[in-house]
Amino acid sequence: MKQDDVRLVPISNGTVLDHLPPGSALRIIKILGLDKVETAVTLAMHTESASMKIKDLVFIEGKELSEEEISKVGLIAAGATLNLIKDGVVKKKAQIGMPNHADGLIKCMNSKCITKIEGLPSKFSISKDPLKAKCRYCEKEMNESEIFKVIK
Amino acid sequence: MTLSLTDIVSISDFSRKDIDFVLDEAARMEKLPDSKKNELLKDKVVASLFFEPSTRTRLSFETAIQSLGGSVVGFADAKVSSTKKGESLSDTIRVVGGYADIIVMRHWIEGAAKRAAEVSDKPIVNGGDGANQHPTQTLLDLYTIKKRFGKISGLNIGLLGDLKYGRTVHSLMYALAKFENVNVFLIAPESLKMPQNIINDVKDKIAIKETEKVEEFLPELDVLYATRIQKERFVDEFEYEQIKNVYILGKDLLKHAKKGFKIMHPLPRVNEIKQELDSTDAALYFEQSENGVPVRQALLNMLKDVKK
Repeated sequence: MKQDDVRLVPISNGTVLDHLPPGSALRIIKILGLDKVETAVTLAMHTESASMKIKDLVFIEGKELSEEEISKVGLIAAGATLNLIKDGVVKKKAQIGMPNHADGLIKCMNSKCITKIEGLPSKFSISKDPLKAKCRYCEKEMNESEIFKVIK
Repeated sequence: MTLSLTDIVSISDFSRKDIDFVLDEAARMEKLPDSKKNELLKDKVVASLFFEPSTRTRLSFETAIQSLGGSVVGFADAKVSSTKKGESLSDTIRVVGGYADIIVMRHWIEGAAKRAAEVSDKPIVNGGDGANQHPTQTLLDLYTIKKRFGKISGLNIGLLGDLKYGRTVHSLMYALAKFENVNVFLIAPESLKMPQNIINDVKDKIAIKETEKVEEFLPELDVLYATRIQKERFVDEFEYEQIKNVYILGKDLLKHAKKGFKIMHPLPRVNEIKQELDSTDAALYFEQSENGVPVRQALLNMLKDVKK
């Protein structure tokens, strides 16, 4: 068994987010609201990784992530691995990509944007390298650190 | 050919083909006899909704509508509309869409035109949404250059003044990037330089040089597009006072300019272009303003039968 796989043991049913960039686990907990759930959530930060040198992991007992939640994770940790665990076995393993859109996932920072003023659901186009989110209404762009501030 | 768009919201929605088509149609409008032109919007009603006052843009649109034989309904100031009573933009647009065939709108809220286009089954024309977009200004700027020089590709175009906050120069940069071999010279004081993200977006498509001195590249320029330095953009009045007169263009400028050199400005100007230039061959800014009418006529004519 490879070293990375050993880390997947702590839950028997639920989701393991692996290969998270170091330091991102706390943010993932916050944006997924995992600090408010009653099930067990375990996080590991700055653990050794064969592929990344160091990485973070989040273990969520008894929860499958929705498409929207996966997109949120993709925004701040594209390239991470999503493992679905059933009865202690990895049932599904997939790499999380960067979403092309982030509709409803983040709020526009522009106080003069129609989405702010009329309380409309947000719509954002995402571009990569470097990460940028462009409001499809007011066309204001946010960089990575700004996106992290307004992620819902 | 038809326009690929059902609404005119943002210049970034336009392909090069769309821009060329609009410019060709605007030229056709100028040549069309009045007797034919005033049939084009016959029996059509165009709503002109100015949630934010803008006399110049409104008169240009309304002239375009009436010259094509269309009727205008609407308001020149949101104070007289039901927005004042708290009605949402979506509701106003849906209601007006029940009366009008095309809706022209200007709003201080950024993204208002995009929202209107989503909820309206009638075409929306954005006459400016806050600091965001004013696509018909950009199209008339391009039309003015094309009309005067016969082309846009290959020209040397200087952008002068407030390049940091100026909406017109930002949109013009993106539009010029759709043409070939355009050289853009950005002339601004350090504190009002073109935002780096815009430069990054277009630098693969247009050659860019930056300077603080208008004289530096002047002999190379075909067009100098001047903008007003806006007092309301400055938090510190002292800083504004120091910078407001940094570029004042006068007749002396022309001594070093090449033959056929033109000065453009979206207007209104304050003191950045001296009146002594108005009567020279370089002054293109009043013609530029007039060119708004054929460009808007072309757009309205293209949108009159759009099915969304």
